Amino acid sequence: MMFNWFRFSSPATFYPVASAMVPWFATSAAVFTAIGLYIGLGVAPTDAQQGDAYRIIFIHVPAAWMSMFIYLVMAGWSALGLAFNTRLSSMMAQALAPTGAVMTVIALVTGALWGRPTWGTYWAWDARMTSELVLLFLYLGIIALRQSIDDSRRADRACGLLAIVGIVNLPIIYFSVVWWNTLHQGATISLTVAPKMAAIMLTSMVVMTFAAWFYTVAVSLVRLRAIILERECGTSWVTALPELRT
Amino acid sequence: MSEFFAMGGYAFYVWGAYGASALLIVVEVLAVRARLRRAQMTARIVTPDALSAATQGYL
Repeated sequence: MMFNWFRFSSPATFYPVASAMVPWFATSAAVFTAIGLYIGLGVAPTDAQQGDAYRIIFIHVPAAWMSMFIYLVMAGWSALGLAFNTRLSSMMAQALAPTGAVMTVIALVTGALWGRPTWGTYWAWDARMTSELVLLFLYLGIIALRQSIDDSRRADRACGLLAIVGIVNLPIIYFSVVWWNTLHQGATISLTVAPKMAAIMLTSMVVMTFAAWFYTVAVSLVRLRAIILERECGTSWVTALPELRT
Repeated sequence: MSEFFAMGGYAFYVWGAYGASALLIVVEVLAVRARLRRAQMTARIVTPDALSAATQGYL
């Protein structure tokens, strides 16, 4: 028998799976955050040039990476939802948008607090910062667009289209430090070149990135459960859920 | 210990960044839990029977 890939694209099938996944991802997020903070604040030495202000990057870089990665995943789910007309895909996209916005705000705020002591300014209208701000507006625009359309399936299509069009901003953010002369420095970590930072600092950053990823999965799966209940309530399978019988 | 909290004179920036991030995370977690609880409460009330009763006369 062929495996049916669409089996888990039904909200009724995926709802209990999402519920079961949340504790694992939430626990992993807490453990990785604790380890990452211990290494970043306790073990990693003071930077020779930036002093202790550099410790902000242990939050800033993972949050900035996640802000772009979440957008890519959200647009991917939107595309699947548009292509296959699977409503769970669009619900996944809907569940990711607020967390993407939170990660973008964290990246912008921590970046400003790092920039003040290091560059001498909280904010500059350079290409990297401006395009990251545009990313925040894209997230907020997608959330607002959904709020403004009553029919959730029409909202899925409109938001999906906006999310896909917005992908054009991702390479602009990523390559902005190469394409333009920005105040924001170029990449410290690259897949092709050896990292230009100490191993212990890199470790903390990677652990914190995993923590941010686990957190994103956990919190967006809880939001997905809420969205499924909001949109499917009044169906017999929702009424039959054990958690609603009290 | 006080040396740790002083962060080499960058306490405002470092703890400001960590504090703001922690606050945003806590607010998001609380908001998402409240949303799930709200959705569960609504789903208890809006049953198929309640729906069909409410729409009778309109369809």
